[in-house]
Amino acid sequence: MKNKSNLEILQEIQEKKNYIPLDYLDKICKKNKIPKSKIFGVLTFYSQFTTYPRGKYLIRICEGTACHVKGSYKIIEMLENEFGLENGKTTSDMKFTLQVVACLGSCFIAPCMMINNDYYGNLDVEKVRKIINSLK
Amino acid sequence: MKFRKIKDFKDYCKKTREKKRKNIKVKVCITGCRAKGALDLYNEFKKRKDKEIEVIPTGCHKFCSGAPVVKVETFSENFLYQNVCINDIDEIIKNAKKDRPVERILLKDKKFFELQEIKVLKNCGEINPVDIEDYIYYGGFSSFLNVIENFTPEKVIEELRKSKLRGRGGAGFPTYKKWEIVKNQVSDEKFVICNGDEGDPGAFMDRTLLEGVPFQIIEGMLICAYTIGANKGFFYIRAEYPIAVLHMSQAIKECYKYGLLGKNILGTGFDFDVEIKKGAGAFVCGEETALIASIEGKRGMPRSRPPFPAEKGLFGKPTCINNVETFANIPIIINEGGESFSKIGTEKSGGTKIFSLAGKVKNTGLVEIPLGTPLWKIIYEIGGGAINGRKIKGVQTGGPSGGCIPVEYFNTPTDYETLAELGSIMGSGGMIVIDDKVCAVELARYFLDFVQKESCGKCVPCRIGTKRMLEILERITKGKGEIEDIEKLEKLGNYIKETSLCGLGQTAPNPVLTTLKYFKEEYILHIKDKKCIAGECKELIRYFIIPEKCVGCGLCKKNCPVFAIEGEIKKTHKINEEKCIKCGLCFTICKFKAIEKS
Repeated sequence: MKNKSNLEILQEIQEKKNYIPLDYLDKICKKNKIPKSKIFGVLTFYSQFTTYPRGKYLIRICEGTACHVKGSYKIIEMLENEFGLENGKTTSDMKFTLQVVACLGSCFIAPCMMINNDYYGNLDVEKVRKIINSLK
Repeated sequence: MKFRKIKDFKDYCKKTREKKRKNIKVKVCITGCRAKGALDLYNEFKKRKDKEIEVIPTGCHKFCSGAPVVKVETFSENFLYQNVCINDIDEIIKNAKKDRPVERILLKDKKFFELQEIKVLKNCGEINPVDIEDYIYYGGFSSFLNVIENFTPEKVIEELRKSKLRGRGGAGFPTYKKWEIVKNQVSDEKFVICNGDEGDPGAFMDRTLLEGVPFQIIEGMLICAYTIGANKGFFYIRAEYPIAVLHMSQAIKECYKYGLLGKNILGTGFDFDVEIKKGAGAFVCGEETALIASIEGKRGMPRSRPPFPAEKGLFGKPTCINNVETFANIPIIINEGGESFSKIGTEKSGGTKIFSLAGKVKNTGLVEIPLGTPLWKIIYEIGGGAINGRKIKGVQTGGPSGGCIPVEYFNTPTDYETLAELGSIMGSGGMIVIDDKVCAVELARYFLDFVQKESCGKCVPCRIGTKRMLEILERITKGKGEIEDIEKLEKLGNYIKETSLCGLGQTAPNPVLTTLKYFKEEYILHIKDKKCIAGECKELIRYFIIPEKCVGCGLCKKNCPVFAIEGEIKKTHKINEEKCIKCGLCFTICKFKAIEKS
């Protein structure tokens, strides 16, 4: 962790543990003599970090302009109503975490989403329902 | 193999370019098209193990609405196929050997490419993004070699001045000026930063460049570092682009292996190291001072300028920070010469610009055109017009910092100044086409919601002002607006523009101000008549049953979650508007189309 910036330390922890456990962060702070306030400032600034464990499947659904005008909000509504997913939250069975993101840079196949590192495009409510059900 | 002399590397380049390659090349886009199964397609092609065929994984072919797109080069011709599936592979290979296309899946809209001027994206879709040999084969690194052999830093800047290249990140600052300022700073350390934090929703050209031609960007950065005297460079790439990070890190590794990065590059005594820094999901980090703070590992908050990063940037040292597309232009300028480069474009800005076309338009994808091309040409000719025969209402350029330009102004040439005159901005080049099914007020609300969430909170106008504007807009879209709200929005918008600290706040009201300017009647309809003509604002929609069409099957009554539908079996039903929550379920399930909305 030497010569690493606070942002990189957090990114590394999240990559390793899939989230940022606060007690673990405590240890790192003490070991490297980083003021907790400093690292907390960074942690809360960036939307990528989470202090809660994430589910097996991280669903990143795009809410960019192209996706928005093509109805991505309908998909988000469906995920909330039918699967009980909520932005930034994980289901109790630790399967799914929903993250509504600003843009995935795949506007040409809007509406789109990512599940872990796989892209899905030209979606509609029905397609997403099928994909999520197949992962259940 | 590490090259320690310019001559050795030159010989290697020459040999590589003379190498005989297989007659038939199949080029599968494995970047953007990945979302539509392009990776499986590529593997399937590979599995055929045909000796006559070279299968190459490439970057984007630009015509993204046809994903997955495959380009086949035969002895004498090139074929571009769209919507390719695994079942087509055998036929493609069979026909390629006979020099014939598979007509069925051939790209139909020829106009999409005919009207473009592809320069920066020329290698994108042609080469394997992470294969340095492939890049060299197509002429790569010749600009850099030319520069270190024959150019003084002053000469590079002179070429850039002649080229009239302006920053492609959105603000359009002349690139030569920025480089000149950094070059003239006296400092023990200087930095080059490539801004790949493409946060604008609706823009994907930087992603495509990073994924498709990483070496071209590295080459641009090398020339920049040589010119300004920097020895350390950073790529700042947003976390949402995993393929871009992967390709760039592989490309950097290759460059180190060949001795094109590191200490004493090709024996010239010039040192240059680069590193990738990943973003962490903050839109404001696209702003240069915020980006610098983020690289330093801090909260990505902008600071006031001056001093500009060119004087005091990363770690307080002079820093040259340019957009991905700007760097991708550099090798082309050196190859062509500044003067010839500036022949394309407008009087004030030379060259081409890449736009990402998306939204409610037939052909989506990347469009590279000379600066100054009128909007209608991009949207109707290249884009093919609206989908499903609808009517185009306007185009949103520049993302949340830009504005909505209505159809009446489609004669406008796309240039930094002309778009600014209309109240929008060029931005990084995102273009989202909207049709009559998109509500202008709702679109403005959407953007305000976005900037309000992404505001870093440092300055008051942006933090609180955007919040208040959003509240007003929410009120209007819910049918609770008052006519004074229009004036309030205009006033507040102008205050925020004038007093915010950074670009995010200064441009945040643009979507509202432009929609107010060009679609005012829609605002008035929302406020006075409580009507949304696009039918997007949920709370203003009314559902009703047409008595003549209703057969009284009871399906809608059974499914209504709030029991808002009344009526007896086989008799006409009725919606109780007081109970209705406008979920639209009855509208979608009615088999007799007896339910309509207004």
